[in-house]
Amino acid sequence: MHDLTPAVRRAVIAEDSVLLRVGLVKVLETAGFEVAAEVGDGQALLAAVTEHRPDLAVVDVRMPPGFTDEGVRAALEIRERWPDTAVLMLSQYVEERYAANLLASNTSGIGYLLKQRVADVEEFIEALRRVADGGTALDPQVVAQLLVRRRSDPLERLTEREREVLALMAEGRSNAGIAGALVVSESAVAKHINNILAKLDLPRADADHRRVLAVLRFLGV
Amino acid sequence: MNIPPRLRRALVRLRRDLLFVAAGVPLHGIVPPLFLWALTQLINTLDGSSSAAPIVFWAPATLLVICAYGLTEAQRWRFRALCGLDLPRLRFREAKRQFAYNWLVGPLFGVLELLLLAVLAAGLTAATSPLWVGMFPLQWRLDHRGVWTWVGYASAVGLLALAAVPALAGGLVRLENLVARAMLHVSRSEELQRRVEDLTTSRAGAVDAADAERRRIERDLHDGAQQRLVALALNLGLAKATLKDLPPEARQVIDEAHREAKEAIEELNSLVRGLHPAVLDELGLDAALSGLAARAPLPVRLWTDLPERAAPAVEAVAYFVVSEALNNVAKHAEATRADVTATRLGEILRVVVTDDGVGGADPARGSGLKGLAQRVRSVDGAFRMSSPVGGPTTMTVELPCTT
Repeated sequence: MHDLTPAVRRAVIAEDSVLLRVGLVKVLETAGFEVAAEVGDGQALLAAVTEHRPDLAVVDVRMPPGFTDEGVRAALEIRERWPDTAVLMLSQYVEERYAANLLASNTSGIGYLLKQRVADVEEFIEALRRVADGGTALDPQVVAQLLVRRRSDPLERLTEREREVLALMAEGRSNAGIAGALVVSESAVAKHINNILAKLDLPRADADHRRVLAVLRFLGV
Repeated sequence: MNIPPRLRRALVRLRRDLLFVAAGVPLHGIVPPLFLWALTQLINTLDGSSSAAPIVFWAPATLLVICAYGLTEAQRWRFRALCGLDLPRLRFREAKRQFAYNWLVGPLFGVLELLLLAVLAAGLTAATSPLWVGMFPLQWRLDHRGVWTWVGYASAVGLLALAAVPALAGGLVRLENLVARAMLHVSRSEELQRRVEDLTTSRAGAVDAADAERRRIERDLHDGAQQRLVALALNLGLAKATLKDLPPEARQVIDEAHREAKEAIEELNSLVRGLHPAVLDELGLDAALSGLAARAPLPVRLWTDLPERAAPAVEAVAYFVVSEALNNVAKHAEATRADVTATRLGEILRVVVTDDGVGGADPARGSGLKGLAQRVRSVDGAFRMSSPVGGPTTMTVELPCTT
């Protein structure tokens, strides 16, 4: 018999607002993570990742000293040096180019969410787990911003419902997740997805994050 | 003592005129002695009678040049403080007029001013002669009995002179005023040109200051209220997710508070975006526009060609234009889609927002459009709008980006 209970997964938090950091620690612990370190800037984050080799890093984009994209730069470095560490970015606003940079090499174990999404604790915990498991969690706003840059719009061929499904796919949701969000059956979702893939000539793929990759490639990331 | 108001006013004016005249004496009078000094040194240099002269000559010569410029500023002060005439600050290169005033006209006025002061002093002395002659030793007065006749004449003439002083002083002040206006003032067109330069600078300063203020408020909100609200909503969300065995009333209260907190975050975020979005500072107009387009309640297609960043004030106006335009489209146009293009060509940043709505938008009516046009004008931009009834509506804004 194997022991199927997974080992406790460890996380580090990089967030300069102390209030929010305390809250994030609580959420991560609720989600079953062990918080190995909580830091307030990019340099300290890299040091903490070097030391603890966590499964997940939750990173604020805007941190000291410059309060611009310190978090993104640290995250890119983490992705390069420790590909096993999943990264979930939190940001006050969405900058799709940051997301594009983060997704450029591979789309596994990456998330980019607006900061305010942490308030919806259950969904946020789901996103945390998905990212730590190697999946993807993109904010709906990221997907929306990627869409406005499309010049000629093959998306016009999609129906309203299919667009919704596509956006949820790009966020990294599973069929069950999409079905839950739209209050439809899973088989209906599967049908929509088949239509989308057919209309957009996307390659068929099985894993969730490869599906995201396909969608994002299509969106021009 | 009760002084009649007319007399009081006359005394005040006399005092001011005399101060003005007296202040003019050193300012006008300094040049002739310097000229004489320089002249003697020059003569000494030429005929070789003084070995120090070639060296000393430069001292008065330099002082003369300095006077030609420096005295203008002193005269400006004198006219403003004592005469209420605001002369413009003359530029260094407007040397001819400054030299002419300080070197040629000034000394003449100096003489007139001295004369006036002399009349005043003589008048005072003569008018008061009975007093001070009365203080002479008794023996002297007994020896010169005839002096009283002369004293009588002198005091009469002195009083006449004193009576003339206010009119003379007033006349001199008016004359100086006229001459200063003619010589130290600038022409109307030049004055206007300066005014435009001043206004341009001060307006740019005001626009920048307003931007800086918006940015400061944005940072304060980001560092303070926004983080606090997110933490609050997070804690409420945690309570909602973890405290499952609460009585339904308590759960309802927590639910309510959680929803309110999330709405407050949304409201604050949109307020901050309306003020001055952080993304604009950090990543520029290009990045800020895609956020705007994506948040709009209707499909928006965005096309940008912005090879370089514009001045912060210009980027802020462009962002505000698109934000307001999309707001308007969403509220009034009944459009199904909108297109936003932002391109930089040479020194012009052109922003075009079109929609396929019902049209009929009038910048003269809606306060949103009016504010938009005003903000465009604040950076010397051009605002055009074409919105025939039935649509489509096209708004074009061109902002100058002088580098």
